[in-house]
Amino acid sequence: MNIDILLNIFVATIAAGTPLVYAALGELITEKSGVLNLGVEGMMLVGAISGFIAMAKTGSLVFAVLCGMAAGILMSLIFAFLVLTLMANQVASGLALTIFGIGISAFIGIDYTSVALKGIPPLNIPFLSDIPFIGRIFFSYDILIYLSLVLLTGIIFFLYKSRAGLILRAIGENPKSGHALGFSVIGIRYLAVIFGGAMAGIGGVYLAVLYTPMWVEGMVAGRGWISIALVVFATWRPLRVIAGAYLFGGVTIIQFHIQGFGIEISSQFLCMLPYLATIIVLVIISRNKNTIRLNSPASLGTTYHPATN
Amino acid sequence: MKKIKNIKSKQKDNSENQETTPRLELCNITKIYPSVIANDSINLKVAPGEIHAVLGENGAGKSTLMKIIYGVVKPDKGQVLWHGKSRNIINPAYARKLGIGMVFQHFSLFETLTVAENIALAMENQNKTEKLSKKIIEVSEKYGLAVEPERLVHSLPVGLRQRVEIVRCLIQNPKLLIMDEPTSVLTPQAIEKMFVTLRKLSKEGCSILYISHKLNEILELCDKATIIRNGKVIGYATPADETPSSLAKMMIGKELPVCSENRKKIQPKKLLEISNLSKSKDNQFGTSLNNISFNVHSREILGIAGISGNGQHELINSIVGESLSEKPEDIIICEKPAGNFAPDQRRNIGLGFVPEDRLGTGAVPGMNLMYNYFLTGHRQNLVKLGMICFKKTFELAQKCISSFDVKCGSYNDQITSLSGGNVQKFITGREILQNPKLFIVVQPTWGVDIGAANVIRQSIIDLRNQGTGVLLVSEELDELFEVCDRLIVIAKGHISPSLNVKETTKNEIGEWMSGMFPGGPAELMKENLAK
Repeated sequence: MNIDILLNIFVATIAAGTPLVYAALGELITEKSGVLNLGVEGMMLVGAISGFIAMAKTGSLVFAVLCGMAAGILMSLIFAFLVLTLMANQVASGLALTIFGIGISAFIGIDYTSVALKGIPPLNIPFLSDIPFIGRIFFSYDILIYLSLVLLTGIIFFLYKSRAGLILRAIGENPKSGHALGFSVIGIRYLAVIFGGAMAGIGGVYLAVLYTPMWVEGMVAGRGWISIALVVFATWRPLRVIAGAYLFGGVTIIQFHIQGFGIEISSQFLCMLPYLATIIVLVIISRNKNTIRLNSPASLGTTYHPATN
Repeated sequence: MKKIKNIKSKQKDNSENQETTPRLELCNITKIYPSVIANDSINLKVAPGEIHAVLGENGAGKSTLMKIIYGVVKPDKGQVLWHGKSRNIINPAYARKLGIGMVFQHFSLFETLTVAENIALAMENQNKTEKLSKKIIEVSEKYGLAVEPERLVHSLPVGLRQRVEIVRCLIQNPKLLIMDEPTSVLTPQAIEKMFVTLRKLSKEGCSILYISHKLNEILELCDKATIIRNGKVIGYATPADETPSSLAKMMIGKELPVCSENRKKIQPKKLLEISNLSKSKDNQFGTSLNNISFNVHSREILGIAGISGNGQHELINSIVGESLSEKPEDIIICEKPAGNFAPDQRRNIGLGFVPEDRLGTGAVPGMNLMYNYFLTGHRQNLVKLGMICFKKTFELAQKCISSFDVKCGSYNDQITSLSGGNVQKFITGREILQNPKLFIVVQPTWGVDIGAANVIRQSIIDLRNQGTGVLLVSEELDELFEVCDRLIVIAKGHISPSLNVKETTKNEIGEWMSGMFPGGPAELMKENLAK
């Protein structure tokens, strides 16, 4: 009985953390190139409503994910054009993108407010899913959760093993030197921002189509901001980002259970807990100056102007 | 890929068939920036295997010219001929494809990456890390430039970082190597070693474009020289037929001023007393300070010699107040215990400071000269009721510009638009005009050409003659011996006893720099004895 509850909490934790995994890994790549995109919340919302509508119209998850990604990419392209081509300030542009995303997603989603979708059952893997306990822990998730783990592995490999990842890290560290070596700083940063947009889009789709599954205005509810915080406090390392995302998911689920047990703590306070707990834990584990120095992209947030080289 | 192969095979044909064609030829290269003509119709020829010097003062346009050859900067007019064929070098990647490598004056390394990763970034073809590491070691052994592929670059001292840059170029078998002020960070022994490498390269047929302000080196190393002044070619010379003073005369357009001594003897006062200062390092890449004691008197220049990364940074930070000491008596400035004073408090009691890092610690890059003057000069009554007195500030900034010969458009220029030597003259002048009692200056002539270096050295000597005590930290032994009265050496956070400059030799100081002095760091003594 007890083990059953724990299992339920564990499985639900993974699901609750997954939107953050996507958004934060995307933002990680963006920031590693030296661009700070504060528009994650907005990109997730637009991704969420696009995916939701696609799902409601066609019922195809693949199509929904593709629509969410495309929407996220479109949003990130606006941002990239502003900060990379027009050299606008990154912080101000990112904030504007979020506000824009909140507004436009609410506008597009008027007709879908509080519409619920049929849930998508988790993958049923023959034999494996039926193993007691182990089947439940490892093989009871939906496809996007498995994909997020593939993505994580890919990103670790990309950043630390591939030449392209090395170039990305180098550009984030010192764009001037990168330019002197002959890399297209602006081009690489465009790609990184677009990747971040696509991932934020998937994160939104996961939230609206698989996790909830319904559309409510502003339903991302600060997860975009938490993703940005995750990246920073995880000192730009993918594994720590994931750990932070699941920590957030875990506290979210546990506070649901606490509310369910009828313990007399105001629910508003409980809803605040996941955000608070994630930030506090991450601040504590990221105090080491050396790891910050080694992993943070030194040029983060500064506009790079090739002509002044 | 095919195209590249074509280019390569054509190069071969050319060098075999037409030995007389210069490897690189510049025709009427012109580059105009909004405020200055950096290069004005420059012509230059480099033959295969030739070591060719480009001489000129700071701001003469040498670095711009090199950046044009390497494809970082596009010329407004003119042609670059490579093996006799006109090439439009659009970016550094294309330059490397042609066979041009460049070692930058301000290193273009990525500090948080390893040596191998830094080198991999400059290679066009993908390489497995292990294979690359092997190749790095192969090249570094061939040319006597030992580097460890797995080390993180920011943990390396400057001399080794430069070595990484050189290896990064050599690994691609360049036909032309451009070196921008390469010896400013090296010890005399290391310079000798590098010359051996460069001569070997030149024998193998690699041409070298060598930019330096050290005339002795050019005489010793180079086959030909092109002299540039104010963006124009002043003349061509064969160093073998010249003397340092004749070259200097061509370069700066007048006789080289010699630093002159001229002072009266007066009872000295202790202006800086450091007693038993110890500090453990604050990060794994720092150096701990170990029981340091020394004094600086009025009317003297005390030099600190040592290879960079041996605790100079930590020591200077403690003296100027960037890192505080627990006991105020550890550091006594102008007879006041000041170990717990913040930097501005220390400046208030008579400290003047020119840091190693000119743009960043010494000046705010995005501000103009006048505001940068104000930042430390406000003590000269430049503030009334919290408001800036612009007229006075303007006058003092102008005075600083004219009396220290700072080459700039006006006081309204951003300080980043000045060349390194001119920035250094400006911030040194700014501190000197405030008449400090104790003057601390770190690496004052790092990457500064001979004309500017002389102005700076002379102004330090003049300041001493007025009674100021000067503490000079430098890696250049020539400079220390020219300017200082006494010398101490720092090695692994230990300070040597002081030596009178007239009673010591460069060899003795060089030996002490490796830690072999009475009371030196024990682990280094053992290491050296074992050898």
